[in-house]
Amino acid sequence: MSETVKKFLYVNRKAPYGTIYALEALEVVLIGAAFDQDVSMAFLDDGVFQLVKGQSTDGIGVKNFSPTFRALGDYEVTKLFVEQESLDERGLTADDLQEITYEDEDDDWEEKPSIRIVSRSEMSDVMADQDVVLSF
Amino acid sequence: MKFGIVVSEGPYTHQASDTAFNFAKAALENGHEVPRVFFYHDGVNVGTRLSIPPQDERNIQQQWTALGKEHNIDLVICIAAAQRRGLLDENEANRQGKDANNIADGFRISGLGQLIEMGIQTDRLMTFGD
Amino acid sequence: MSTLHTVNKSPFSTQSLLSCLNHAKDGDAVLMIEDGVYGGAKGTGLADVVAGKAGSVSIFVLEGDIAARGIDPSRLIEGVTAVDYVGFVGLAAEHDRTQAWL
Repeated sequence: MSETVKKFLYVNRKAPYGTIYALEALEVVLIGAAFDQDVSMAFLDDGVFQLVKGQSTDGIGVKNFSPTFRALGDYEVTKLFVEQESLDERGLTADDLQEITYEDEDDDWEEKPSIRIVSRSEMSDVMADQDVVLSF
Repeated sequence: MKFGIVVSEGPYTHQASDTAFNFAKAALENGHEVPRVFFYHDGVNVGTRLSIPPQDERNIQQQWTALGKEHNIDLVICIAAAQRRGLLDENEANRQGKDANNIADGFRISGLGQLIEMGIQTDRLMTFGD
Repeated sequence: MSTLHTVNKSPFSTQSLLSCLNHAKDGDAVLMIEDGVYGGAKGTGLADVVAGKAGSVSIFVLEGDIAARGIDPSRLIEGVTAVDYVGFVGLAAEHDRTQAWL
């Protein structure tokens, strides 16, 4: 759709369901995928809660949108950076998070994890490497 | 510089729209361009023509409409966020079988692609939210 | 390459300022706007944290927002500078990207 390829980072720092930011951020990412940009997502602070597995929303009457994260690979959004310190502060480990994978077309379609757990310092580096940063 | 601006919170309740407006004005007055402002989340509510703020307060919608006209700014309201929150233009109202529309002069409803396009086509993307 | 970070919430109500300062790199700028400007005042519980970072990161508050909130410029932390909207635009142009900490 466009000649220019920029590095886009979508920054998620809020928990799901209490506010709409997590859901509407995901909607931007999915629509944005059509523009063939170099997309990454960052999950830090309360944003790490968005990726926790086992979400069940029947009791609150809102749509459970967590399965949508697993579709990101099909949209070629394969870089989900999750901050270690944010997990630690919240008593979470990698095991608490959903399994989100993509098929690497450059490696015989091997299934690989999209979630990359990084340190705070590495997250800073990721942020500093972007052309466009969208915060929700 | 070409500045793209995102307003992602609603008028009056949050200062976001005011800060964005003041930033846009300063940028334009100092030789920069603001080709588009994209309204997302509750920011879509900036684009209703039905708001009646107190006489002695600024009228946020009218400010944006006027600035948009003066400087040829594309004021875009995200369709997905607008549908959720009941911000419609005439087309959308007819299409969805609603008995009214409420979009203000100078604003247009369009897709999220406009936000990404803005990111690609501008030099700096500014987000004003909460 | 550097970033202009904006922080718009009071540091006493959310973690945004702290998180921003934890992620800002040397040479970046942090601009406190709206309720975020309370983070620029002397004598608060996190004034030391802000002052500490002011060596490697340029820290600013938006003039209009401190005036609105009755914060006299003399009450700003050493090393924190007030700028107006023109200054805000200048900072956004000078740094390669802007990141909002909402």
